[in-house]
Amino acid sequence: MKTRFFNAIAATFVLLLLTSMLLGLTLESNGTELVIQVAEGTRLSWIISGAVIVFLFQFFRNEISQGWQNTRSSMGNAVPTSISEKVKTTSQLSGLKTTALCFLVAGLMIWPFFASRGSVDLATLTLIYIMLGLGLNIVVGLAGLLDLGYVGFYAVGAYSYALLNMYFGIDFWTGLLAGGLLAAFFGFILGFPVLRLRGDYLAIVTLGFGEIIRILLNNLTDLTGGPNGISQIPKPDLFGLEFSRRAKEEGNVPFHEFFGIDYSSGYKVIFLYLVALLLVIATVFVINRLLRMPIGRAWEALREDDIACQSLGLNKTAVKLSAFTIGAAFAGFAGTFFAARQGFISPESFTFIESAIILAIVVLGGMGSQIGTVLAAIIMTLLPEFAREFNEYRMLMFGLMMVFMMGWRPQGLLPMKRPHIEVERKPQGVVSMQSDNLTTSGNQLVREV
Amino acid sequence: MSQPLLEASDLNMRFGGLVAVDNVALRVHSDEIISIIGPNGAGKTTVFNCLTGFYKPTAGTIRFKGEDIAGLPGHKISRKGIVRTFQHVRLFKDMTVLENLLVAQHRHMNTSLLAGLFNTPGFRRSEAMALDKAMQWLERVNLLDMANRNAGNLAYGQQRRLEIARCMVTRPDLLMLDEPAAGLNPKETEELDNLICELRDHHKVSVLLIEHDMQLVMGISDRIYVINQGRPLASGTPESVQNHPDVIKAYLGET
Ligand SMILES: Nc1ncnc2c1ncn2[C@@H]1O[C@H](COP(=O)(O)OP(=O)(O)OP(=O)(O)O)[C@@H](O)[C@H]1O
Ligand SMILES: [Mg+2]
Repeated sequence: MKTRFFNAIAATFVLLLLTSMLLGLTLESNGTELVIQVAEGTRLSWIISGAVIVFLFQFFRNEISQGWQNTRSSMGNAVPTSISEKVKTTSQLSGLKTTALCFLVAGLMIWPFFASRGSVDLATLTLIYIMLGLGLNIVVGLAGLLDLGYVGFYAVGAYSYALLNMYFGIDFWTGLLAGGLLAAFFGFILGFPVLRLRGDYLAIVTLGFGEIIRILLNNLTDLTGGPNGISQIPKPDLFGLEFSRRAKEEGNVPFHEFFGIDYSSGYKVIFLYLVALLLVIATVFVINRLLRMPIGRAWEALREDDIACQSLGLNKTAVKLSAFTIGAAFAGFAGTFFAARQGFISPESFTFIESAIILAIVVLGGMGSQIGTVLAAIIMTLLPEFAREFNEYRMLMFGLMMVFMMGWRPQGLLPMKRPHIEVERKPQGVVSMQSDNLTTSGNQLVREV
Repeated sequence: MSQPLLEASDLNMRFGGLVAVDNVALRVHSDEIISIIGPNGAGKTTVFNCLTGFYKPTAGTIRFKGEDIAGLPGHKISRKGIVRTFQHVRLFKDMTVLENLLVAQHRHMNTSLLAGLFNTPGFRRSEAMALDKAMQWLERVNLLDMANRNAGNLAYGQQRRLEIARCMVTRPDLLMLDEPAAGLNPKETEELDNLICELRDHHKVSVLLIEHDMQLVMGISDRIYVINQGRPLASGTPESVQNHPDVIKAYLGET
């Protein structure tokens, strides 16, 4: 009861915090100055009623979901087995964790409005590396395939968007989809012949592929502009609203004109940050689902014992290929975003050292660990910024850090803790079983930890 | 007699100059327990590896349910309904007991990427059914209390039982066990004996067994194949094999 009340209050608070920032305050121009004003009464009453609804819903959530389940089972299409119902009810126990996560996300969304332009820009870069780290983590950390050419897929994503935009004028969001899909496609094509190789051989071949992609981009001058790269790649837009001073395309309205506010290049930086944050959140969500899916378990199993996997009917190549392809897709998304953020790309940006940095992030964070990867990505992007004076010694420091890490904590900063499916049994639980028609009586609880 | 479930003939396996399996033939019918015995290094495990696609036999045919499966990759053979255990336990040691059983059900589950990402009812149903199946078999092999432990932390006998349960959740027609009683104490061996009989009698599985424990083999088998130095030596009912002069000779170590 008490935690329920607390959860409801917390959810309402988050809602108020967000809505009051986004809707409750309006920026208005007063001559040359911007003035922050509280919104008019009707809007405030909308916010308040929204808060009340969220509070009530959170508070009576159990009743609501139970009622929903009852109607569902009376409709006769309920999940047939006993355990499954328990899965649902117990998975709600992690409410506190969810609340904490909501706070974190809300904080990260509000932060850029108060931070300096430079730090928001740096944070955006960090988010790109987080996404790359998380993507490579699937391939190296989860599936155990050492991929030294990951930057190749990053390049595929970036160039897909840049080229498709240049030749066909597609916008960022379509480009994002295309970049991810094309990178995944490349992952699939390249993975197919090489995934039979093991360990070191795989590492060397993937290293080669990364270089081949870069050299191709460098030499296909007619198509890609070669070493000169591609410039004037458009930034992401918000439902067609551009963040430039003047709309580049006919009929488009820039963001600031649409909302009747003054132009500020700060909006663009903040918007880029928010898009990157959105992409990272989506990545984290997808990877967390993957870990709880058969394919995630198969990756882990394959890493542990591929012979046993084979004897159980798992297709080794298909399982590895799925990790390689999905990992490549995330590099593609990151690459598309990178191209849009920079506005200019050239093969320079996709050298082997990038692959090495991304791999270092994964290893430093702890193979397979997501929080570790995030932490390591932050360290790896912030450290060079703070150590600007030592710029010439950057690679030296980088190498020293890796050597030091291998000696001190070879398992990484935060070694992986996988979500396990857990089963709880009541002590008096009697499980009946007939040899032919196997049935368990329902007193197991399943929970994920 | 009806068509045999598994029929191998003229099976040959060479490693360079070494002939590990030399013209071995064997037949398994539905609901039978068949044993392969022979001295150490006779080639029993190599026969298993040929049958399950881990080795590609140098020559010979293997038919499973009438279909030629010789040379198919291991996972395809497994999907047709042949699963095996290994002479040395091969569990996923860092995964929990329960997860070991879920991985084994991979091909029976909803592996659609989208269904999983959006956690659709169909996906949840498939997960729940896999969990239920896993729990039933854990109950049967008496490992329910260990469900959340890492498989590597189980006692040896428990690991052996888990391996059999892991095979059974794949819903096989033929279960191949490579020395399942090795390292078990007499009580555990007795339980294994009961389990194997139950698999045949109630779960419609045929069992092909490699075993050195003669008491177990003689008590449980419908028929026995004896292999010596890669060559078939004798075959038949436990009594006939036991009294076969060549078998006695081979086991007493004569040349
Ligand atoms: N991959 C391989 N390469 C070379 N020789 C092999 C290979 N696998 C097995 N052999 C050889 O084949 C012969 C038969 O080995 P196998 O493991 O089949 O015997 P086994 O009957 O299972 O013995 P045990 O009772 O000790 O398990 C042995 O001489 C072994 O050295
Ligand atoms: Mg053997």
